[in-house]
Amino acid sequence: MGREIVSLKDLYVYFNNTVSLGDINLSIKQNTILGIIGPNGGGKTTLLRVILGLIKPDKGEIRVFGKTPEEGRKFIGYLPQYTIFDHSFPLNVFEVVLMGRYRGIFKDYSKEDKAAVINALKTVSMLEFKDRQIGRLSGGQLQRVFIARAIVREPKLLLLDEPTASIDPEMQSAFYDMLLKLKEKMAVVLITHDVGAVSVYVDEIACLNRRLFYHGPKEEGLEKIEEMYRCPIDLISHGVPHRVLRGH
Amino acid sequence: MIELFLKYEFMRNALIAAVLAGVTCGIIGTYVVIKRIVFLSGGIPHATFGGIGLGYLLGINPILTAIPFSVLSAFTIGAIHKKAKVNEDTAIGIVWAVGMALGVIFIGLSHTPASDLIGYLFGDIQTVQGSTLFMMLILDIIILISVFLFHREFLIVAFDEEFSTVVGVPSKSMYFLLLGLIALGVVVLIKAVGIILVIALLTIPATISRKFTSDIKKLMFISTFAGVTLTIIGLWLSYLFDLASGATIVLVLGIAFVIFSFLSR
Repeated sequence: MGREIVSLKDLYVYFNNTVSLGDINLSIKQNTILGIIGPNGGGKTTLLRVILGLIKPDKGEIRVFGKTPEEGRKFIGYLPQYTIFDHSFPLNVFEVVLMGRYRGIFKDYSKEDKAAVINALKTVSMLEFKDRQIGRLSGGQLQRVFIARAIVREPKLLLLDEPTASIDPEMQSAFYDMLLKLKEKMAVVLITHDVGAVSVYVDEIACLNRRLFYHGPKEEGLEKIEEMYRCPIDLISHGVPHRVLRGH
Repeated sequence: MIELFLKYEFMRNALIAAVLAGVTCGIIGTYVVIKRIVFLSGGIPHATFGGIGLGYLLGINPILTAIPFSVLSAFTIGAIHKKAKVNEDTAIGIVWAVGMALGVIFIGLSHTPASDLIGYLFGDIQTVQGSTLFMMLILDIIILISVFLFHREFLIVAFDEEFSTVVGVPSKSMYFLLLGLIALGVVVLIKAVGIILVIALLTIPATISRKFTSDIKKLMFISTFAGVTLTIIGLWLSYLFDLASGATIVLVLGIAFVIFSFLSR
């Protein structure tokens, strides 16, 4: 396990006077894939947004690369769960990914930036579409472009919010193999409902339903979750267990 | 057509105004259309009516008072939206009505004859004075320089505001700057087509141009060209048939839109 790059201590986030995240203690380590599982509405996306500094915690402490999230987020690549945009927006695939290399006001994109875009598009097997207008892609292709936009920064931490949701089944194993390669250079946090993938590719899991029910190596975690909730783990994300989880 | 524009000074001025308005159409209109803030670009000119009224009340060129009023209206919309967590369209509705109401009060207090107002409401490009042209030029230059400097930021913010924050774009400042530029653009267009019709110049040329390209730079150039050309055609037709210039320009834009919609199907 690598050294700690993100730490959350006794963190609380309230939304409309209800607890969205409570008593969160979590650390993210270098060269590790952390899978976050939990029911919908359990605060998984909120947690990523706190790490990015898009939501300010009401209580507790968060350090991202030893800094505040606003300062630390320049080392983060982010794939949101949904990206809402106008599908006729005048941008092509290359230009969208290039935005991931933004470095600051008055700083034009350099040759290295453009080379990095080509590389990132190769990594997600989307290079042949580089001149395609962004709205003229399938959901899965779009998702890969946004993954490229997240990794093109060469981040030290990659936050992926349900990345496999719109990726074709046959692309999924290629996607996870890509994560294993990326892991050599960065930490990856992966929100997923795909427990099968968690058991194969992920190093650590965190089980989140407003509170953190487990965080640690996956082997123990998977057993513990099953034990704790007395239901098969692949149900965690669906209907019934919402109630099961809330009971604790 | 050319002789006509060379012969009369008012037509020469109108021609220059058409070119200056076209530049605004091309640059600001492109952002309005791609960021889908058409309602905003309808709200700001209406709110600016307060500024026109203030000009009459103070006895100075209403375009001069329209500038701060327009910018302030745009910032108010932005502030209500961002700070009070009210939907942008609600914020626009509020500012739209309040600005117009202020205009009505100011004009009432200044005892301006209603006929004077028609030019500001519906445009009167043939009465543009040199001083107004100069102001339009300055505003266009400010718009061009700002877009030259901040086009990267505007593009990221327009495409995906949350992502822009994540990669370190000062997205709030850029959003307000863009609002401010739209406000300046609105002032440039008021003399050409009037408060009520500004929305046509901000949307139609850019929408037509989108059918030809999905490259933002080309989009700006084609929109500028379309804006200038269609405005001049409208101006020429309004002179020829003795019609209201602002309304004729808008009708020409509308007809062009219909033609290009059919052509590109």
